Amino acid sequence: MLGRIVALVVLGLGGAVMLLPFVWMVLTSFRPAAAVFEGFGASAFIGFENYARALTTAPLLRFMLNGVIVCAGILVVQLAVAIPAAYALAKLPFRGRGLLFGLVLAALCIPIQVPALPLYLGLAHTGLLDTYFAMMFPFFLSVFAIFLFRQFFKSFPDEIIQAARLDGVGEFEIVWRFVVPAALPAIAAFSIFSIVAHWNDLYWPLIVITETRLAPPPLGMLYFRDAETGSNYGALMAGATIITAPLVLAFLVARRRFIEGITMTGLK
Amino acid sequence: MSLALAAPAPVEPFALRIGHAYAAPAALLLALIYIVPVSVLIWLSLTDYTLGAVDIRFLGLDNFSRALADPVFRRSITNTFAYVAIVLPGGVLLGLGAALLVHRRIRSRSLWEVIYFLPVTSTLIAMATVWQFLLHPRLGPVREITLALGLGEVAFLSDPALVLPTLAAIGIWQLVGFNMILFLAGLSAIPRDLYEAAALDGASGGIDRFFRVTWPQLGPTTMFVTVTTSITAFKVFDTVRVLTEGGPAGASEVLLYVIYLEGFQYFRIGYAAALTLIFLAFILAFSILQAAALDRRIHY
Repeated sequence: MLGRIVALVVLGLGGAVMLLPFVWMVLTSFRPAAAVFEGFGASAFIGFENYARALTTAPLLRFMLNGVIVCAGILVVQLAVAIPAAYALAKLPFRGRGLLFGLVLAALCIPIQVPALPLYLGLAHTGLLDTYFAMMFPFFLSVFAIFLFRQFFKSFPDEIIQAARLDGVGEFEIVWRFVVPAALPAIAAFSIFSIVAHWNDLYWPLIVITETRLAPPPLGMLYFRDAETGSNYGALMAGATIITAPLVLAFLVARRRFIEGITMTGLK
Repeated sequence: MSLALAAPAPVEPFALRIGHAYAAPAALLLALIYIVPVSVLIWLSLTDYTLGAVDIRFLGLDNFSRALADPVFRRSITNTFAYVAIVLPGGVLLGLGAALLVHRRIRSRSLWEVIYFLPVTSTLIAMATVWQFLLHPRLGPVREITLALGLGEVAFLSDPALVLPTLAAIGIWQLVGFNMILFLAGLSAIPRDLYEAAALDGASGGIDRFFRVTWPQLGPTTMFVTVTTSITAFKVFDTVRVLTEGGPAGASEVLLYVIYLEGFQYFRIGYAAALTLIFLAFILAFSILQAAALDRRIHY
């Protein structure tokens, strides 16, 4: 009994540290600038004034729209490229298959910061800096998705594929009507992982984007911080709340899937 | 993971050709995003190329010897490892501790999972801004705690001795929930009867059970979490860029931040390429460990 109480107290304290920044962020976002540094009174709530201020100081909604465009674009191409490739690696014999898979495994170890410099030079030479394409291009290929989907596709029964082929079902239809639905949990988990990773990514947008109107949420937050110069914490916290909200809400709604997706793909 | 070929079922010639067609987009992108850039990177690292330079001189390995003698670069390596040395034990042990406590909660388990996992999904740039406010020596609420403890005003982010531990604490805050979930999965996989057998063998207390059953059984998970945490910590960038920009006086200049400055702020491309390859060498060393850990985890 005593052990149980100690355990709960320790977990509670840890949980308080985990939640403190979120609680502080939301509370401060509703308070007038002058009251931010005083105790919490009943008069401290000023409604959505800070939010209005944040939204007029920086195009926060535009940053979020950019985030949606970039994440969606990346995910669609990732799936369109990785699913056929993983299927070919799992089920279709072709020359160079071993080599391709070896390269996929090797590329798994290479973080974006390594090819970043040549990719930047390439985009600069082709005049593509400061475009959505520049933000998305390095992530069109997810070697992790290929690796993950291949594992799933391998366990799909060959007999079904054979039977479908004998029935005259085309290979394209086999993939999208039989194999993909069977691997849907893996695809959903990967999708969540991809969206979280790219919504939150700062490094690459910081390099290829200089125009405010193209900034995704993290880069936008950086601009917004500079614009606010720390003088108005209420508006700053309102901005942080707006930018953090979509993923946090999505997480609260689809808790299981989020935890699965992000930890299953934990080897990034 | 086995690399063995799939059972060679009789395949139509059409399916043979379609294999190439299906793999082609991935192969093309692999070349454009990995193979060509990494080759170019290696070549650049042997030159003195700076952005906009008209002629390029071949330097051989000069960039690398310059890097090894460069006090800024050396300090960034030291700082990065100091950061890893705090985040690694902190992130792994706190993740394990949280998992052990949460594992026994039956009804409230999902509530704790949500609370501890929340920082993992939230945008670090925004949350780092909140931390900066929390830790502000004169305006933040943490001030009340340091004053109550008799420490006075603590300049967490502008004291050279405190800046790395403070960034590391934020790093730990962000990844504890992630590690906790991995440990929870490991704990669920431990067979019940092992505990019963240990009890018959005379293992009584919780501590005894932990060291006889839990800890050895968690081995592969711990290995995996350790390597993953090391890589994440080694790639620290966001909080440095947002909160300190390497300061005060270079006390929080980490490897990726120095590479970012050399390559994308000063545009000393050749030198930055050499630094990137040194960074890659570290990552590859970690990745080899990770592949080994992952292999054991999957087979386990």
